[in-house]
Amino acid sequence: MTDTETTRLDRRRVLLGGLSALGAAGLSLAVPSAPSRAEDRSDRVATKARIVVAGAGAAGLASAARLAQRLDGAEIILIDKRRAHYYQPGFTLIAAGLQPPSYAVSQTRDYIPGGASLIEEAVAEIDPVGKTVVTESGRAVPYDFLVVATGLDLDYGAIPGMDVTRIGTNGLGSVYAGPDAAAATYAAMSRFAETGGAGLFLRPATEMKCAGAPLKYTFITDDVLRRRGNRGKAELTYNAQNATLFSVPIVSEKVRMLFQDRGVKVNYSHVLSAIDLQRRIATFASPGGQVQMPYDFINVIPPMRAPAVVRASALAWQSGPFAADGWMEVERDTLRHRRFPDVFGVGDVAGVPKGKTAASVKWQVPVAIDHLVAGITGRPSAARYNGYTSCPLITRIGQAMLVEFDYDNNLTPSFPGIIAPLEELWISWVMKEIALKPTYLAMLRGKA
Amino acid sequence: MKDLDPAILFSVLQEILGGLFWPLVAGALLAGLAFLVVLVRDRRLVSDRFLMSELIGLAGGVFAIWLAFVVTDSNFADIGGPIDWVLLIVLFALGGVGGTLCAYLLLALVRPQRVGGA
Repeated sequence: MTDTETTRLDRRRVLLGGLSALGAAGLSLAVPSAPSRAEDRSDRVATKARIVVAGAGAAGLASAARLAQRLDGAEIILIDKRRAHYYQPGFTLIAAGLQPPSYAVSQTRDYIPGGASLIEEAVAEIDPVGKTVVTESGRAVPYDFLVVATGLDLDYGAIPGMDVTRIGTNGLGSVYAGPDAAAATYAAMSRFAETGGAGLFLRPATEMKCAGAPLKYTFITDDVLRRRGNRGKAELTYNAQNATLFSVPIVSEKVRMLFQDRGVKVNYSHVLSAIDLQRRIATFASPGGQVQMPYDFINVIPPMRAPAVVRASALAWQSGPFAADGWMEVERDTLRHRRFPDVFGVGDVAGVPKGKTAASVKWQVPVAIDHLVAGITGRPSAARYNGYTSCPLITRIGQAMLVEFDYDNNLTPSFPGIIAPLEELWISWVMKEIALKPTYLAMLRGKA
Repeated sequence: MKDLDPAILFSVLQEILGGLFWPLVAGALLAGLAFLVVLVRDRRLVSDRFLMSELIGLAGGVFAIWLAFVVTDSNFADIGGPIDWVLLIVLFALGGVGGTLCAYLLLALVRPQRVGGA
């Protein structure tokens, strides 16, 4: 009897797994057609090229895995100081109280592909003219090709009064600061959900990781308040950084309607400029001047910029909208550097519109690596990245909208007519909870 | 622009189930094989046993839906559009088929003597 019950349970898991894997297709399983997997496996390119991958986060590890698959004899060197790997899309679930911090933490070394090596040091300097990366200990690592995947810096220091060590106390939350900070944010939000009061939500004026995350956390807080019967005791306010709630107009409009439905007040063109953690007062720069807003709970999202090593290098945009924060000057459809053709920029550091999500990484890496390999073989590559990214926009615990879009603000649903992108659905939530992390891990290993 | 690759789905499924993946595949194959063996042994589908299995299978369908809600921290109130109902029906059907198959096997093991006389 016990065996049978176990078998039943196991069979359910198989069935669930199969369904969710199918569901994951909507997030990022579909692959660009140009660099097909058949090519990955059968046409390995023999080369002695030395390829340095600066940064071993999602984009760096996925790049190294793809390089190891496609090249035979290449020297692939990853450089990153941090030993822990963070599954960042999981931070929202941790901050919703649904997962422990350990859900998002694993070890970078576990994903280093065979044939690649890891230097556990920070990148201190990138010299694209001398084709050398220098580590913090002064070690010079020359390269033939460079993949920059250094991620971005959370610039908490740019907000006067902010102190990341106080996240979780006195109504201060910040989901982005790490797995433990996400858990501390839940603790603060959970207390707020009991007491009620003023809840403040916001996003920075800079480019940012997963622009849906600030919206998600507003919805989640609203939901937790409702579940505890305390929604009437709280006033929630979302301060948008410009005149929209999301960069894709049709999604922005949908979120506006949902916020109206949930009773979330919206202020446009309000950017956090300072915070008094003791008195619980946030100051926002607005068209009408500085506005002080008292709060009982706040989810601080800091300005985000390219890491200093990239900002200080010749790789950063010299002009245009991406120059101020030092994002890498890459072609938006190939991720190749516009002035240094042996250099590619993938993941958060890339100075392209949209993106800065794991789904972007999923789509950028095969394209960039195809062009890198083409650079070795001398054959052209037709692979193009169209800016595809996706955001399972949680609208309550148990429902999400599976929003997928490209550079041109087009919605690009993976299952048109089946999974509606602007509909609050359980299936989209199921994907986020069950399939997203396995898809992400498969991506790190070059298998998705 | 997009191709769905079965190899990718396979990889993701492996990640979802981790170390359970191959034991589960083996278990599912064994159960399917055992079902065939029982069918061949009995030379037919034993109707009263199958009816009982189907009733138990209904519970299997309910169990599948319950498990899906527990695993995903959600409940019936979260069912939104039509595709959610489709997913529920598929889960129920798969749970039902799996439950029926397992129950039939179990009954065949517990009450094999009735087979000969049937």
